[in-house]
Amino acid sequence: MTAPTPILRMSGISKEFPGVKALSGVDFRLLPGEVHALMGENGAGKSTLIKVLTGVHDIDAGEIELGGRKVAFADPSAAQQAGISTVYQEVNLCTNLSVAENIFIGREPRRLGRIQWGRMRRRAAELLARLELDIDVSAPLSSYSLAMQQMVAIARAVDISARVLILDEPTSSLDTGEVAQLFRVMRKLKEEGIAILFVSHFLDQVYEISDRMTILRNGRLVGEHLTSELGQVELVGKMIGRELADLEKLEGKPLARETETLVEAEDLGRAGAVEPFTLTIHEGEVVGLAGLLGSGRTEIARLLFGADHAGTGSLKIDGRPVSLRTPRAAMNHRIAFCSENRRAEGLIPDLTVRENLILALQAARGWSRPIPRRKQDELVEKYISVLKISPADPEQLIRNLSGGNQQKVMLARWLILEPRLLILDEPTRGIDVGAKAEIQRLVASLSDGGMAVLFISAELEEVLRLSHKIGVLRDRRLVAELDNDDDLTTDVLMETIASGARA
Amino acid sequence: MSVLVTRRRAVPRKYVPVLVTACLFVAMFAAGGVRYDSFATGQVVLNVFIDNAFLLVVAVGMTFVILTGGIDLSVGAVVALSTMISASLVTDQGWPSAAVIPLVLAIGAALGWAMGCIIHYFEIQPFIVTLAGMFLARGLCYTIGTDSISITDETYTALAQARVDLPGGMFVSPSVVIALVVVLVAAYVLHYTRLGRNVYATGGSEQSALLMGLPVARTKIAVYTISGFCSALGGVLLSLYMLSGYGLHAVGMELDAIAAVVIGGTLLTGGSGYLLGTVLGVLVLGLIQTIISFEGTLSSWWTKIFIGLLLLVFILLQRLISVRRRT
Repeated sequence: MTAPTPILRMSGISKEFPGVKALSGVDFRLLPGEVHALMGENGAGKSTLIKVLTGVHDIDAGEIELGGRKVAFADPSAAQQAGISTVYQEVNLCTNLSVAENIFIGREPRRLGRIQWGRMRRRAAELLARLELDIDVSAPLSSYSLAMQQMVAIARAVDISARVLILDEPTSSLDTGEVAQLFRVMRKLKEEGIAILFVSHFLDQVYEISDRMTILRNGRLVGEHLTSELGQVELVGKMIGRELADLEKLEGKPLARETETLVEAEDLGRAGAVEPFTLTIHEGEVVGLAGLLGSGRTEIARLLFGADHAGTGSLKIDGRPVSLRTPRAAMNHRIAFCSENRRAEGLIPDLTVRENLILALQAARGWSRPIPRRKQDELVEKYISVLKISPADPEQLIRNLSGGNQQKVMLARWLILEPRLLILDEPTRGIDVGAKAEIQRLVASLSDGGMAVLFISAELEEVLRLSHKIGVLRDRRLVAELDNDDDLTTDVLMETIASGARA
Repeated sequence: MSVLVTRRRAVPRKYVPVLVTACLFVAMFAAGGVRYDSFATGQVVLNVFIDNAFLLVVAVGMTFVILTGGIDLSVGAVVALSTMISASLVTDQGWPSAAVIPLVLAIGAALGWAMGCIIHYFEIQPFIVTLAGMFLARGLCYTIGTDSISITDETYTALAQARVDLPGGMFVSPSVVIALVVVLVAAYVLHYTRLGRNVYATGGSEQSALLMGLPVARTKIAVYTISGFCSALGGVLLSLYMLSGYGLHAVGMELDAIAAVVIGGTLLTGGSGYLLGTVLGVLVLGLIQTIISFEGTLSSWWTKIFIGLLLLVFILLQRLISVRRRT
């Protein structure tokens, strides 16, 4: 078998944004009939590479060849016409239109300018049947799950141009079954000779689906490997550019704490959100919450932060009963809550790193007592260096930062308040291995310093590595509270989530 | 299974708002028929059309704009400007109506086009741009003249007095025919042409429409041009109805048009709604006026009160529907 010629070849690609060198001299190729994973930490240049390829940004240096011909796309629709389609993490379709229309809009079958709805629906149904999807094409897209919407987006992309398909983090909001369905579709397309570029943070998924991978770091090419020839540990090493020792330092389980009780929740609950639960958090203790998505993890956090009102039960802080009616009341008791939805509920993208950092502190002081600029600069400088926020420029706009660094800014915002209880809801979701390790290390050191942390994460390994005690949630009920001793493994946790009690 | 269930359901949710408006119209008509003698006749409905033909045309243009998620506050002022230009050219300058009407339509479309360009290329809120357009057009009326100018041109008066007879002794005015043609053409454009579908897509998600490679710029400019054209046509119809041009004609008509579109079930956030709903919305507004005039003792301000209440109810209804859709 001879090696097929690449359908796409990018060579010497460089791209600079004001103050940031996003890509320098990157080479990349894509072979037909292959799934090619693009790997790298946040900020390594994956998104930028995709954006220069699809014409969202233009390149400063280098060239792109598609099917042997030199190309340069002015905008995404030009790239699409040439045969390169992109499906983004957020589904970019119009949910108010029907499934069939979403596939064909802009290219509707017409006769004398009149759209032929019947033909359009038939063709849409045929196309989806080819991908083994059986849905009603005349129903509005909003009536289907996010996963199905993503498949529809892929169907559209494939039908427009069946040469190169770019999937940018398609799996981050899908559950296991939906991921399997997506992979089935991807394999099907691969057989048809389409080149697929796949970006994902989930290493297991990358190993399951991809044939070849290209690794980027800090805007530079690290290497191209066959997936079968590169182990996971080596891959991570190449991505973060240092040995895994840093990660492994955290491997040892944290020691149990013998400290004062900080927060005591007794039969705290809220109808429709979470059943009454009893939970004690000690000073300097990391309490993990494990459970499936929608099992009530975030709801517990919101109750403890006063974002929702408790319907039943009582809450004591330092042994004194308190009632947290608003987040502000919780902040007065020095409880901080770092939401899982950093885009919608936390950061303000058009403000600078400094402004985002001091926001919570300023809110706590009240608007009539502005924080002196010198004090601001001091604080910001301190947290930028402690958390290794990059770029280390306090005046950089938040939206120019990568996901992991945005998360660090969010964390820093609450840390400035020096809380006694820090609630972290999915702090490591969607960020890369390096930043993840840094955040985990930070949690461990905060807890050593006496701060209590309520740590919510979908990744059981992470919960297990950090927590002194783990609360397991199932169907909006706290079903078990497990001490993190030597017997506790991810399997036991998984079993508890599945069965509802410790096996 | 789910496919079967969806098909078995009697009314898809997207038609619910239009149906609610239709039921409201029928209920109001029935109530009027019970309460007043000689109310429940076809001519009462036709009279609503005759008295609101210009509003219907303006509301059609507004539907396009609101479907993209925009708003056009300039329509009332453009209507007034159109009556003023028509009257002054026909009466004072003695121009033939065959030249005046196309010119007025072109001016309206050009105003809309200019506002659309400003909204799109300078990324300014439609609310502000069309507010400016409203003041501009209203102000231009007074540069032509501060008093009402009556129209005595033969073509105009002939058209204004003409009756299109229908079976059963009923009749409509030529304006109604024009308005219904506009409705039919607009419905065809919205549902059977790319421009129309792009309008819905833009209103659904402008960002997505852009990423799907749809001509968002052209679509947005087109809807304001259509709205400007419809306003000018509405102005021509109003000058037929009033046989005069005046800077104080159609004060507040932009709000009536928006109310009709919203009562017709079109979401103010864009992307969802039907022209049939707009027609029903205009009919409901007109029927409220008719009922109040039949009542005789009520002041005409009660029209406003009822429209206000209805709007509130319909906006709450929209909210309920969109909340349920999200869950």
